[in-house]
Amino acid sequence: MNLPFYAQLINLCAALLLLLAFAMLTQRRILSLINLFALQGMVLVASTLVISYSTDQSHLYYSALLTFVLKVLLLPWILHRLIRALKVRWDVETVINIPATMLIGIVLVIFAFNLAAPISEIAGTVTKSTLGIATACILLAFLMMITRRKAVSQVIGFLAMENGLLFAATSATYGMPLVVELGIALDVLVGTLIFGVFFFHIRETFESLDIHHLEKLKER
Amino acid sequence: MNVAGGIVFQVLQSVLVLLLAPLMLGWVNQCRAWLQNRSGAGIWQPYRVLHKLFHKDAVLAHNASPLFRATPYILFGCMWLAVGIVPVLATSLPFAPAADVIALVGLFALARVFVSLAGMDVGTSFGTLGARREMMIGFLAEPAMLMTLFTASLISHSTSLATIVETLGQREFVIYPSMAFAAIAFLMVLLAENARIPIDNPSTHLELTMIHEAMVLEYSARHLALIEWAASLKLTAYITIGIAIFVPWGIAQAGDWAALPVALAALLLKLLAAGAGLALLETLSAKMRIFRAPEFLGTAFLLATLGMLTHFLLER
Repeated sequence: MNLPFYAQLINLCAALLLLLAFAMLTQRRILSLINLFALQGMVLVASTLVISYSTDQSHLYYSALLTFVLKVLLLPWILHRLIRALKVRWDVETVINIPATMLIGIVLVIFAFNLAAPISEIAGTVTKSTLGIATACILLAFLMMITRRKAVSQVIGFLAMENGLLFAATSATYGMPLVVELGIALDVLVGTLIFGVFFFHIRETFESLDIHHLEKLKER
Repeated sequence: MNVAGGIVFQVLQSVLVLLLAPLMLGWVNQCRAWLQNRSGAGIWQPYRVLHKLFHKDAVLAHNASPLFRATPYILFGCMWLAVGIVPVLATSLPFAPAADVIALVGLFALARVFVSLAGMDVGTSFGTLGARREMMIGFLAEPAMLMTLFTASLISHSTSLATIVETLGQREFVIYPSMAFAAIAFLMVLLAENARIPIDNPSTHLELTMIHEAMVLEYSARHLALIEWAASLKLTAYITIGIAIFVPWGIAQAGDWAALPVALAALLLKLLAAGAGLALLETLSAKMRIFRAPEFLGTAFLLATLGMLTHFLLER
């Protein structure tokens, strides 16, 4: 195996992203979950920078800057404020226990790797082999959204899924056009703000953030 | 490579590690003391403890079987053999072909079986409890350890540690993402197997929370000294396996006298760094409930498996 050095760096970033996705999946504390999310954003920024430098795609620099401001600084800050205001620092409750979640996670990873293998074969980018990892990150974040009971960790799962999508886009096609990326970034930001307001409403109505209670909202 | 040079290197390495192992333990304890704002007992304390224990009279339980007497020697022998096989100072040692990584894991397992049997031999409840816990930790840690070693073996196409070191250390630098996973998994296994803090507290005095210490409660004097020495050898063996796989730079070839000073200096530096890192890790984390240990080791196994998967995805 003799990949150029930057391709090795990108692969390393991809592996770190996968590692962080698993760490988030198995994390019990909300505070650490937010920190892990910020770290994942940081790795994403690093990988975007390496890709943009090695392929001379100047618009990816803006993308990296946008990711840094939004996912490393702004969103974690908002989430930290939120959990302080909501006083939710307790352990995360999961629907399935953590070891079982990990096993499902590894099945998902194998599935994603197999799914991405034929696509990677025909792709011409230097980052083609990381597509499988990006798919795995998306699926793992999805799994996290499914297995968590509390609204805050579900939102973090949603944001992590967006991280995975962005990574998939940069690794498969050297990133989306800047307009699209700006749009997505704005969506995520506004989404988080709305979720924040929503949390307060859920808690006021049910005195808990457990979305299990939402099942009672049926009209009779 | 001449045979005589190889044998000299083998003897040198075995004796050196044998003498260094208590120092390593002392260094870790001293770092922990510093981090916890204590003055600590000094890095020579393990030698003093060994000296004291060797000069005491051994006390044995009335119903102790020969197995109980033999276990400290078997344990010590296993660990000493293990550090002879691992390329600590030099590769292609005469002992190295005796065992590859799988046999090495088997050697550790042999030691574990004997300690557990000895723990149950006298028939005290704490010994049995410790033995059961040790076997539980062992059967969870072993597959994770093997998977970690397999990841390294896949990269170097060999299960021999010497070949792994030669492949990874002596060719041009390549980043292996799968090794990042393997390194974390190995670290978790190292903590669990050597009864370090997230799993077991080596300095505990509370019998109910003990794992490793509970098994050796009945030992005294020279037997206990051998067991403690073996424990420090095991820690050193694991750390040197970690060094051999993940940071193999500087390890000499057997018989190559010119490379020896560099190898020695590199080894000492790496051991110092590893000990300080271990102490830091132990200070930062709290001991887990025993029922969380399967989850901890399950994570280690998962990471090792992920390492193998990423190897197939990224590095072929």
